[in-house]
Amino acid sequence: MELYNLLSENKSAIVSQWFDAIVETYPPDTSRFLKGQQNPFHNPVGAVIYQGMEHLFEELLRAAWSENLSLHLDNIVRIRAIQDFTPSQAIGFILHLKKIIRETFINEIAERRLSDELLIFENKVDDISLLAFDNYMKCREKIYQLKVNELQGWTFRRLQKADEVYKQECVHKDIHNETIEFERKEVSR
Amino acid sequence: MSKTPKPDELSKVDYTPPKTGWMDTPAEFKQGMWCYGSKPKNLETLEFPNPRQWSPADEDWKLPENWQEILLNGLKERLDKYRSFKVFMDICVRCGACADKCHFFIGSGDPKNMPVLRAELLRSVYRGNFTTAGKILGKLAGARKLTYSVLKEWWYYFFQCTECRRCSVFCPYGIDTAEITMMARELLNLLGLNTDWISGPAANCYMKGNHLGLEPHTIVGNLEYMLDDIETITGIKIKPSFNRKGAEILFVTPSGDLFADPGTYTAMGYLMLFHELGLDYTWSTYASEGGNFGFFTSNELAKRLNSKIYAEAKRLGVKWILGGECGHMWRVLNQYMDMWNGPADFLLVPKSPVTGTVFENAKSTKMVHIAEFTADLIKHGKLKLDPKRNDHLKVTFHDSCNTARGMGIFEEPRYIIKNVCNHFYEMDEHTIREKTFCCGSGSGLNAGENMELRMRGGLPRANAVKDVVEKYGVNMLANICAIDRAALPAILDYWVPGTGCTGVHELVANALVMKGEKERTTNLRGEPLNGMEGQE
Repeated sequence: MELYNLLSENKSAIVSQWFDAIVETYPPDTSRFLKGQQNPFHNPVGAVIYQGMEHLFEELLRAAWSENLSLHLDNIVRIRAIQDFTPSQAIGFILHLKKIIRETFINEIAERRLSDELLIFENKVDDISLLAFDNYMKCREKIYQLKVNELQGWTFRRLQKADEVYKQECVHKDIHNETIEFERKEVSR
Repeated sequence: MSKTPKPDELSKVDYTPPKTGWMDTPAEFKQGMWCYGSKPKNLETLEFPNPRQWSPADEDWKLPENWQEILLNGLKERLDKYRSFKVFMDICVRCGACADKCHFFIGSGDPKNMPVLRAELLRSVYRGNFTTAGKILGKLAGARKLTYSVLKEWWYYFFQCTECRRCSVFCPYGIDTAEITMMARELLNLLGLNTDWISGPAANCYMKGNHLGLEPHTIVGNLEYMLDDIETITGIKIKPSFNRKGAEILFVTPSGDLFADPGTYTAMGYLMLFHELGLDYTWSTYASEGGNFGFFTSNELAKRLNSKIYAEAKRLGVKWILGGECGHMWRVLNQYMDMWNGPADFLLVPKSPVTGTVFENAKSTKMVHIAEFTADLIKHGKLKLDPKRNDHLKVTFHDSCNTARGMGIFEEPRYIIKNVCNHFYEMDEHTIREKTFCCGSGSGLNAGENMELRMRGGLPRANAVKDVVEKYGVNMLANICAIDRAALPAILDYWVPGTGCTGVHELVANALVMKGEKERTTNLRGEPLNGMEGQE
């Protein structure tokens, strides 16, 4: 568990680097804002991503996933799923953690012979990236479902009203006529 | 044959986006971010230029040959006509105070959604054609030519602004970026470049009086559906009048509330409240739209569509006008109607027939917001209310941009909600009142095809809702805007699933104890009231 102790001791530095890596996937002006603005209501994207990464990292240090794993992952992926990213760009940030850890602890891993532990840790990172793909797809499907829901609602109500128009055409003829009499030409432009 | 990359080359993924300057980065039209283009029949109805079949995704937008001349002449005309526009073009020092205040920038991370940069898209062309420094120094002075690519960029980004004016609150010079968007959209309309989600409703409104194109019998039919439901729930049969000459009050509301849930429950709330008061009022099947999609098109069309309200008030001989819950409708009524189509000297200064309160604030327009009207009723103890009926709700309030920043309605809806609900919680102070975050779907952006855009725009609002959901268990987002009621359900469903959306007068009607009503077992949505499960 030596690697886990090492990662645990350096948690805030690793999460900061990880956060910087995801933030750099945005244009430079945006990444400055995402890093600089601390208020979570002014900068919800930066705040949600940072908190989500902290929680995800804690999950990776656990012996087993907690039930909150999916929630933390979803908070980040839900945002990335509606921004200007391809699917691989949207969830690729997770795999970036492997690169950060290898580069940061290259000496410790070699000197203390932590390669086996590293492999186990990296497998967990891979598992999270697969879960992220599930989350991403759920978000995309939700977007399409919302589009369908709105379209169906409109179509249904239009058909409903068309039927109602047919049924009531005669009954309300007087009101209709009165309004038609009031021609548009009376309206000054 | 292509060269196969080696493993170490493959692993070198550059996560950094290209660092070309904004002028050299043309807009890339992405699915889910734009609305379909105007259909020719709607432009023809509105007598707008260049009606033709086109799609924003097409390379060729089928523009007249002299399109640049048309746009630059249009720009010059507006610079001469509107002093504020000229000032807004010149005065910005690019301090960046507005940059991170836009919900679209916050949600998308796209720098061209920073209000300063969005305005710069237009300003750069202004400099390049109308300022000496821009003409001589070009790019050095922040100037550029009007090219096809620039035109497309305008279209893409000026339909990614909801004209909510949050950025203006933070601008030290008071630049109203919404007005810049309005001008840009006017210019685009000179070439027939609108979205059909805007020009369709505007054409409907011009021909039939409302955005949805509901004809008189359909309006009556829709309200009759509601009246049947009200009778089932309360046992009270209500008979409102339509187009009745001599009524004291004309009631005008957005047509969306006559058509789709949850807005229909708000309309039921109006019907019940007015019946309980015995109000001498009438609905109009002609002035059947409070909203004004012309406002997202041009000043001229907005004026044209708005004119029916005073015209109908005059025709019916009413004394004053009462308006329902809507957002942009009220910016138009409060800030433009009097100038466009007034003076309404044939109307009286509005006076509540129930409390005797004279609405001095509406002395000029003669039109009162229903939140003011109802808050006054409650203040004078004129309504019998049972807030316990709303006890299953933990409510927060979303200030609609236009009523908040456009006319300063902050207290009235909150006062009403606190009197009809026992559980009310405010969202974070940076996200309400004059700093309220837009729903992300205003100014004609509440279509279906641009759902990703709407989700981006709605993110900051939903983030604040999520906070009160987690802290207090809030389950209902109240508002006084028909576009909010149409657009927020999808946004909440994506970001904060399980949170509902309601108009304030739905809450009022649920709490309202009406004379002669039977014991209520359900609310207006047909859901059982607390303790009444199984009896509905």
